[in-house]
Amino acid sequence: MTAIRISGAGVRLGGRTILSDIDLEIGAGELTAVLGPNGAGKSTLMRAILGLVPLAAGSIEVLGRSPVAARRRIGYLPQRQTLQRSLPIRGIDLVRLGLDGTRWGLPIPLTARARARRHAEAERALQAIEVVGATSYAERPFGEVSGGEQQRLLIAQALVGDPEILILDEPLDGLDLPSQAALAALLRSVCDRRGMTALLVAHDVNPLLGYLDRAVYLGGGHALAGTVDEVITAPKLSALYGAPIDVLRSADGRLVVVGAPEAPHHHGGRHGTP
Amino acid sequence: MNPTLSPNPLTDLNTLLQFPFMVNALEAGTIVAVTASVIGWYMVLRRQAFAGHTLSVMAFPGATGAALIGLPTSLGYYLACGAAALAMGRTSIPRSRSRVGETAAIGTVQTVGLAAGFLFLSLNHQVLGGPETLLFGTFLGINTGQVSALLVVALVTLAAVAIVARPLLISSIDPEAARARGVPVVLLDGIFLLLLGLAVAATSQITGALLVFALLVAPPAAAQRMTLRPGPGLVLSIALALGIVWIGLAAAYFSPYPPGFYMTSLGFALYLVVSLTRRARR
Amino acid sequence: MFTHDFVRNAYLAGTFIALACGTVGWLVVLRAQVFAGDALSHVAFVGAIGAAVLGLDERIGLFVATVAVAVGMSALGRRGEADDTSIGIMFAWILGIGILLITLLGTSSQGGNGIAATNALFGSIYALGPGASQIAAGVGLVVSLVLLAGLRPLVLCTLEGELAAVRGVPVRALGTLFLIALAVVAAESTQAVGALLLLGLIAAPAGAAHRLAIRPYRGLALSAAIAVGSTWGGLALSYEISSLPPSSAIIGLAAGCYAAAAVVARWRERPGRLVAR
Repeated sequence: MTAIRISGAGVRLGGRTILSDIDLEIGAGELTAVLGPNGAGKSTLMRAILGLVPLAAGSIEVLGRSPVAARRRIGYLPQRQTLQRSLPIRGIDLVRLGLDGTRWGLPIPLTARARARRHAEAERALQAIEVVGATSYAERPFGEVSGGEQQRLLIAQALVGDPEILILDEPLDGLDLPSQAALAALLRSVCDRRGMTALLVAHDVNPLLGYLDRAVYLGGGHALAGTVDEVITAPKLSALYGAPIDVLRSADGRLVVVGAPEAPHHHGGRHGTP
Repeated sequence: MNPTLSPNPLTDLNTLLQFPFMVNALEAGTIVAVTASVIGWYMVLRRQAFAGHTLSVMAFPGATGAALIGLPTSLGYYLACGAAALAMGRTSIPRSRSRVGETAAIGTVQTVGLAAGFLFLSLNHQVLGGPETLLFGTFLGINTGQVSALLVVALVTLAAVAIVARPLLISSIDPEAARARGVPVVLLDGIFLLLLGLAVAATSQITGALLVFALLVAPPAAAQRMTLRPGPGLVLSIALALGIVWIGLAAAYFSPYPPGFYMTSLGFALYLVVSLTRRARR
Repeated sequence: MFTHDFVRNAYLAGTFIALACGTVGWLVVLRAQVFAGDALSHVAFVGAIGAAVLGLDERIGLFVATVAVAVGMSALGRRGEADDTSIGIMFAWILGIGILLITLLGTSSQGGNGIAATNALFGSIYALGPGASQIAAGVGLVVSLVLLAGLRPLVLCTLEGELAAVRGVPVRALGTLFLIALAVVAAESTQAVGALLLLGLIAAPAGAAHRLAIRPYRGLALSAAIAVGSTWGGLALSYEISSLPPSSAIIGLAAGCYAAAAVVARWRERPGRLVAR
């Protein structure tokens, strides 16, 4: 079953064509990495799937509906913003916000039913925290835990709403290697246990090797999809970029892509430009 | 006195320069413009307009407190602004939660200063007969002695800025990188606030507590919208400030409205024009 | 003390104004919009003086001016707020208008308007009549309830704007509404503690709460409690000590709470101590 179907999609932002003619199918329950150099349009693609960015051409279907209609079933982890580092809130409250952050009305449960719901939500938040392994530090201020721990809490926040699809924008950014590996393993186990589809944007495929089902490589505004071994090869990537690309494999299995040109990178990349 | 504009600007200029009070006003205005725009350029860069405003407001408790104890008003200004600068410097040290907590601290300092000022005023059994003077200045009533005093303080301030100019620039733009290169960022933060307090204390005696802020913000903000290069930016900032002050004073002379009004309106108009043309050009 | 009408009126108005200040203040500090609050408070002053010049009820000037500027500031910025520099510029311009108005006020009539200016600047809570204090209390209560009703979306927008947008929260509209609420609170509080001091009632209790409590609802409750407590204490103090103006007393207490909170927080966070708050 297909979770996300993208046909002939194109996106234009600020007068530039970021993506064109993208054809992709992401199956349900798959863990897929979206790769490519800076400026390739990875974040833009994610935002298009969320319906935050309009398509100039083609269509995107998420869980059989339009991106905007399907948003409720998607858990989203945006790119880390430096401001977030000093959030004055506890981890557990942040996760709770994932459930009731959009709810209007006095936050005081006045009826028995409201109290019961509140209790149930507290349980769900604790469960989500347990799934990501953050129970020991969830009660501490968010700004005081490490980067890897913060990412886990944010993943819990995305998970607490029981989404069918998880979209994570550069979740491994800025973490040390052991933390990256741990997060990758966590995502794999969450996908397996919940049958969740996960799409994550990454710069480097190596921490994810062995956990991924598929890889999508973006370059020159187009996309390649398949398993890691199918996609990250010299001939395929050279065809994608229209320039000679070399793929080196080190003795311990790590992949290095050499020669991929970086697209002209506009400042303010955090907020919507690729 | 209701002088009228003649069609010849040079004649107008001569008319203006006939009167010593006008000459004093122009001289003071020039000094204020240069000092405020230089310090203000850094202030806008560091996004510390709120701190700047708070310091300028401290003139009020400074003046009323001095009157209560019997100190000379100038001393009151300097002490109050200096104390506030130090108080604010201390609160910006824990950088981790600074964004959320710092502004609350600055707001509290400002209000305490104002409340204290009001308290001093009542204790001295005065009524705010002329809030205008304290808050909005007495450009047209300055004597030569005040101009000289102002000049001295301005030179000291500008000299200090010249000494720390480069390190301050680096630490304003990228504190982390500056720290890595051995620049004493925290020390510079404190020094900058003190310099800002000094400049504000000196200039607000002429322009009034609330008006000096307009000169601190508008010309540098407009200049930074036009260019981010430090050298040209500073020069442009000074030029704009001088323009605003001179035109404001001249306009006030030839019309019944106060100079402060013209200066703030000019500043606002300038910034608006610059912002809109930039937006249109994109 | 409570046998006097003017005292009862002051407490009525003061309690609910403080409630609104504490509530909006907690959010203002969270959103780092204290400077905007400062600007709005000065706008309130200009509004009051402007109304006096035009011969209108001061409250019309207060509310119209603050709400108009709030909408303007919101339009200038992203996610419904403006940046440091824009606020500063607009602020300076409003001050210029204030200067003009004061001059006009000075030339239009003598004496009484010095009082109008003082009241607008430093508050006149003991001068509120029963009708005025009831209206003030009502407005304060309504604003507090509105903010509480939108509390969770506001917090989400503030902490995680992108996520909020994805979840369908109207981030920009909410930002504008928040600034309008802040404007209303500023206009309200001008009557009680005056335009120059209301920032203290917005910033200090909230600042203290943010230093001490990190759970959202507890922080908010603490902020409101400190604001109301300072108001009650300040009113009582200034009643006993006649030379102490009520606004100074209230602000003094609020600031004292902030200082105390800073000390407590620093003591709690001394090295070697793991804290869960």
